[in-house]
Amino acid sequence: MKISVQRDDFDVSSELKLLSKTPRVGALASFVGVVREVAMTLEHYPGMTENSIRKIAEEARSRWQVIDCTVIHRYGDLRPNDQIVLVAVASAHRGEAFAACEFIMDYLKTRAPFWKKEHAAEGSRWVEAKSSDDDAAERWRLRQGATKP
Amino acid sequence: MKVTVRFFASVKEQLGRELEEIEVPAGISTVGGLRAHLRARGGRWAEVLAETRRVTAAVNQDMVKPGAAIKPGDEVAFFPPVTGG
Repeated sequence: MKISVQRDDFDVSSELKLLSKTPRVGALASFVGVVREVAMTLEHYPGMTENSIRKIAEEARSRWQVIDCTVIHRYGDLRPNDQIVLVAVASAHRGEAFAACEFIMDYLKTRAPFWKKEHAAEGSRWVEAKSSDDDAAERWRLRQGATKP
Repeated sequence: MKVTVRFFASVKEQLGRELEEIEVPAGISTVGGLRAHLRARGGRWAEVLAETRRVTAAVNQDMVKPGAAIKPGDEVAFFPPVTGG
């Protein structure tokens, strides 16, 4: 499992290649978050951020047949079209890989301490958390509840 | 007891403070109690840490509810809801 919180950019294809070398892998699912329109600065909580991502990834591994996974999240100054985050999951089959990848991303949005500050022409402002992100994470909790006997 | 308090993002900016060692008065034993204690400083503190504001807390780098206990030497953090990804 690779968890990295870094200032530098990352290369998706080399990260996926590393994961595909793991024995038994039959499926790789990945998600890349990209800066949409406005330049931004990402702040994080060194130590806690890495630990919280690790916990989320561990939780995914306990729920699905995850062989290995990689999460890279950047901080610092980012411009439009820059990559922000990579979540990649290696599994034997696609269903598990897709689900675990989406789960990690949804939880990361609400549990990992990162904060975005957007720099528009009219000034800088902190991005407000969206309740739709809470809902996305909550649905996994409900799903787990529903599958329990 | 003494605790270290850290602030992040908009909370840090609005308070103009990043890190502080605080001597917590006797009788305060939870994160919520500490937040109320800081709020009682008035001014910006009352505003930024107001009960109506969504401020998340962490103790020793774990997100917690306001009722979570604090003990000497803990690292307590206050920050706005997270917006990564």
